[in-house]
Amino acid sequence: MAARQGRLGSQVDIPSFFIQILNSIQYGLLLFLCASGLTLVFGIMGVINLAHGSLYMIGAYLAFSLSEHLGSLWLALPVGVVLAVVFGAVLEWLLIERLYKREHLHQVLLTYGLILVFEELRSVIWGDDVHGVSMPPLLAASIALTDTLSYPVYRLWMSGVCLVLALLMAWVLLRTRLGMIIRAGSVNSEMVQSLGINIGVIHRIVFAAGVGLAAFAGMLAAPVSSVFPGMGNQVLIICFVVVVIGGIGSLKGALVGAILIGVVDTFGKVLTLEIAGVKILPELAGMSIYLLMAVILIWRPEGIFGKVRS
Amino acid sequence: MNTSNGRRQFIKAAGAAGLLSAGAGLPTLALAQTAKLKVGLMLPFTGTYASLGVAIANGFKLVVQEQGGKLAGRELEYITMDDESEPSKGADRANQLVNRDKVDLIVGTVHSGVQMGIVKIARESGVLNIIPNAGVEAATTQLCAPNIFRTSFANGQPAFPMGKHVADKGHKNVVTVAWKYGAGEESVAGFKDSYLKAGGKVSKELWVPFPNVEFQSILTEIASLKPDAVFVFFAGAGAAKFLKDYQAAGLKGKIPLYGTGFLTDGILESVGNAAEGIETTLHYGDGLNAPRNKAFQLAYAKTFKLQPDVYAVQGYDAGLLLLAGLKAVNGDMNRKKEMYAAMERAEIDSPRGKWKMSKGHNPVQDMFLRKVVGTENRVTGTVIKALDYPPAAACKMPV
Amino acid sequence: MNAQLSGMERPGRSGLAPAASAALLVILVVAMAVLPLTPLGADKFTIQLLTRIMIMAILAMSLDLAMGVCGLVSFGHAAFFGLAGYVLALVAPQGEAAGFWTSIAMAMAATAVLALVMGALVLRTTGVYFIMVTLALAQMLYFLFHDTKLAGGSDGIYIYVRPDATLFGFRPFDLDNVQHLYYVVLVALSLSYLLLRRVLSSLFGKVMSGIRINESRMQSLGYATFRYKLVCFMLSGTFAGLAGYFAAVQFGVVNPDMLGWHLSGSAMMMVILGGMGTLWGAVIGAAAMILAEMGFQALPAVTINGSEFNLGKHWQLWMGSFIVLVALYLPQGLGGALSALWRALFARKAAPRP
Repeated sequence: MAARQGRLGSQVDIPSFFIQILNSIQYGLLLFLCASGLTLVFGIMGVINLAHGSLYMIGAYLAFSLSEHLGSLWLALPVGVVLAVVFGAVLEWLLIERLYKREHLHQVLLTYGLILVFEELRSVIWGDDVHGVSMPPLLAASIALTDTLSYPVYRLWMSGVCLVLALLMAWVLLRTRLGMIIRAGSVNSEMVQSLGINIGVIHRIVFAAGVGLAAFAGMLAAPVSSVFPGMGNQVLIICFVVVVIGGIGSLKGALVGAILIGVVDTFGKVLTLEIAGVKILPELAGMSIYLLMAVILIWRPEGIFGKVRS
Repeated sequence: MNTSNGRRQFIKAAGAAGLLSAGAGLPTLALAQTAKLKVGLMLPFTGTYASLGVAIANGFKLVVQEQGGKLAGRELEYITMDDESEPSKGADRANQLVNRDKVDLIVGTVHSGVQMGIVKIARESGVLNIIPNAGVEAATTQLCAPNIFRTSFANGQPAFPMGKHVADKGHKNVVTVAWKYGAGEESVAGFKDSYLKAGGKVSKELWVPFPNVEFQSILTEIASLKPDAVFVFFAGAGAAKFLKDYQAAGLKGKIPLYGTGFLTDGILESVGNAAEGIETTLHYGDGLNAPRNKAFQLAYAKTFKLQPDVYAVQGYDAGLLLLAGLKAVNGDMNRKKEMYAAMERAEIDSPRGKWKMSKGHNPVQDMFLRKVVGTENRVTGTVIKALDYPPAAACKMPV
Repeated sequence: MNAQLSGMERPGRSGLAPAASAALLVILVVAMAVLPLTPLGADKFTIQLLTRIMIMAILAMSLDLAMGVCGLVSFGHAAFFGLAGYVLALVAPQGEAAGFWTSIAMAMAATAVLALVMGALVLRTTGVYFIMVTLALAQMLYFLFHDTKLAGGSDGIYIYVRPDATLFGFRPFDLDNVQHLYYVVLVALSLSYLLLRRVLSSLFGKVMSGIRINESRMQSLGYATFRYKLVCFMLSGTFAGLAGYFAAVQFGVVNPDMLGWHLSGSAMMMVILGGMGTLWGAVIGAAAMILAEMGFQALPAVTINGSEFNLGKHWQLWMGSFIVLVALYLPQGLGGALSALWRALFARKAAPRP
C-alpha cells in the first residue's frame, strides 16, 4: 500500500486524482445498491441468494422492454420495481419459504439452479443480443470537469439515487416499527412470533424488497452499462465481495465495502506498480479486489462491521 | 484403440447400445460417399456469445441450402454442441463430437480458450476443424496442422492495418486500451507492430481485467494523458459500454478513437450516436458493393429473417471452404490429403471478397477501413490488400 | 465399522448395513473393472466419459471431505484442481513426456502446500466468510494465470506428450491408451475412497465430525481444533489436486478456467446433489451432474403451435429446474434418496431396531 501511495503523486496530477476519487465513489455507490439487497436478505433471513445477480440482469432487461413500451425510463422504473417486488414475493412463496429450516447449502443449491433457469428464460424471452437503453433526455448531458474530460449527469444522478436509497433503507430499519420488527426477527424469530407477528410475512417482505433492490439496481445501471447476457454473473461475485468485506447483514458495512472496492478497482487499473522489475499493476488489476477481501478478512474475520456470531 | 472389427460389428448388431454410445455407427469405406456427412457444430449457443454462434451456424447452413441441401453429393447431418464459451469444457466437448458422435469435421468455435481445446483434440484425432471465428494466433502459427483451417482472422490481423492507418493520419502518440486476455493482448500487439514501425509512439498501455466493463477510471486517465489518439480492443457488450462511456466523458470528438471492427460490430443499434464517425479496420463491412455481397445479404435475410453480420460471413465461408474441399474428392472425406490440398489452393469467393489460405491456414485477405454512419459500418477503403498476418512463417506445418 | 461411525455422526445418512454397503462397493468396482472388456466398453467414448466422471468424482469426494465431514465449505476447490494441472504442464519438458511418478508427486505436493497456506489463512474465518475467502484466494490464483504469461495466459497451455509411467525400466501402463488411463483413474478413485473412509473411521475422523457438530465442545475437551481442520483442508486439497492432475492428463489442455469459480461451484453442486458426508454420495453427484448435462443437451427440437422450440439449445433451463427440484424434494441429495429406496426395498423387515 505504501509503495502504491508513494508513487501516486508522481503519476497522477491533482485534478485527475480527485476525479478518480469521484469515479471510485460513483462506482462504489452503484455496487452498494446491488449489494444492499443481498446483505439484507443474508443478514435478516439468513438466506444466501446466488440468483441475486440474475435478478439484477432481469431488472436491466425490464428497463429495456418497459422503456420501449412505455416510452421513457421515468415510467419504466416504478413499473419495473413493482413487477420485481411482486416477482420476489412469488418466488419466496413458491420456493424460498420451503428452505428456511434447512441448511444453508440447500439454499445455495436451489438458487444456483435458479441462475440457470433465469439466464435461459432470458434467452428464450429476449434473445441473446446486446441492447441499449436510452437515457432520459433530462439527464443525458455532461458537465465539463477539465478541458478534456466531462462527467455524465446521469452518473451523478445515479449516485444521488443510491445515496437517497441508502438513507431510506437506514431510516426504515432503524426508525420505523416495521424496521424494528425486522431487526428483532433476525435476532430471534420465535420471540417475534410469540408477540403475535407473522414472521412469514416479514420474511416475504424482506425477500421481495431484496429482489426489488437488485432489479432496481439493474434498471438504474441499464442506460450506462447496456443490457446483455451473463451481465448478472459478473455483478454477483463483486456483490458478494462487497457484502463480506463490510460484514454480513450490515448496511453500513455494504456501503463502506462498496466504496473500498470502488477505490481499489479504479486505481488498480490506472496506477503502475513494479516490484523488482516485475510488473504488478495494472497487469494484475484483476486480482486487486480479491486481495483486498482476503486481507480484510484476515485482519477482521467477520468483516469490517460484522458482528461476531456464536 | 485396438478394438477388433468384430466387436464393433457386434455393437451395431446390438443396436441400442444405450445413451452412452448413441451415434456410434461407423461409416465403412463403401459407405463413405453415400452416408450423410456428419458436421459437428461446436459453437456457443448459450451465454454471452450465443448470438455469434447462431450467426455462424446460419451462415454455414446457407451454403448447404444454396447447394440444394448437399455438398458435393453428400447430404449433411448436423450435430450441435453448445460450448458455453467455457474453456474448461472445451476439450471434453470436442472429444464428445469426435469419439461419441463420430463427426467427420468440427466447425467451431468463437472463444479462443475453447478453441485451444478443439485444436488439441483435432490434432490428436486428425478430424478436420474449420475455425469460423476464434482468433487465437497459435492455431495457425505454432499449433498449425494440416487438418486445421480458419475462415475468420487471427487476432492481430485486423489490428495490424489500424496501426498503419493511425500513423498515416499523423497521430504521433497513442494510448491503447484493451481487455487483459489473449485476444486483447494479441490485438494490441498487432497494432503496435505496424504503428511503431511507422514511427509512432505508444505512451501508455491500459488494461481492463476481462470481462470487467467499468471504464470510468480508464477514461479519466486518457483525459489526463491527452494522447493524439486512442486504440481500443473491446467486443460485444463491453464495446457498447465503452463507446457510450467515451462519449459521455466528452472525449469523443476531442481525442479520436480507433479500433478493430469488433468495437462497432453488432452493437450499433444499442449505442445511439456514440459510435458515429468512428473508424475501424476489419475484413468485412457494410456497403461492400460487390454483387457477391449483395446476393449473400439478400439470401441470408430471406432465409433467416435476420441481417447478416461478419460472423455470418465467416460461417458462410466455412461452408464454402468445405465445399471446395469436398468437390475435389467427390465427397469422399477419406481422401484427406487431396481434400486438404484442395482447401489450401481454393480461392474462396466470399461476400467479403476473394481470399486464399496462408501457409498456416489463415485467410490472406483484404483489410478494409470502415466508418460508422448511422447503424452501418460503411467501408471507405482498403488499408492493406491480401494481408497475411501474423506471418505464416511462424507455422511449421507438420507433414 | 462404517455403519457404527456414520450412525454416530449422522443418523440415517448412510442407512446401509456395513456388509451390504461393502458388498455393493466391491460389486461396483468389479463391474467398472470388467466394463472395458464388455461390448459396451468397447466404445472409446464410453471409456473416456467414465474416466472423466471418475476424475470429477475424485474432485467431488475431496470436497465432500472438507464440506460434509469437516464442515469446511470451500468455494475455491478449483484452485487445487487447476494448480495440479498447471504443475504438470510446467514440469513437462518441451515436446517430451514428463515422468508420471515424479510429476504426480510434484502436483500433489504443490497442492498440499497451497492448501496448507490457504488453510492457515482461511481457517480464521467461519460460515459464509469461509466460503467467500476460499473463493477470493482461488480467484487470485485464477487471475495470476489468466493475466500473466506464466503459462499461456487466458488461452491456456498444452501438455503435448502425456506423462510416461516408466519405473526402473518397466512401463506398467501407457496413459495414451484410453483404457489404461481408465484403469489408472479407477484405481486412483478406489484408493482415494478407501483411504478417506479409513481416515473417517480413525480417531481423526471422529474428532473432525465432533468439530463439525460442535467446535467449542471439542475445544473444551482439549483438542487443538485448528490443527485438525488444517490437516483436513490439506488432505482435501491434495485429493482435489490428484483429480486435477488426471484431468490435465486426459485431454492435455490446461486453462485458467480450471481454477475458476464456475468449476468450484460445479464441484460444490456435485457434492450437495449427491448428498453430503458419505463420500460415495459425491461420486453419485458427479456422475449425475455430467450425465444430466449431456442428456439435456441431447433433447430434440419440438414444434409448438407452428413455431420451433429447441429443447436441447435451452438445456440449461432443464438443468436448472432439475437442480431446483432436487433442492426442494431431495434434501439428502440423490445419494440420500438411493439409501431411502434401498431401505424401503430390503430393510423393512429389520426395521424395528432399538
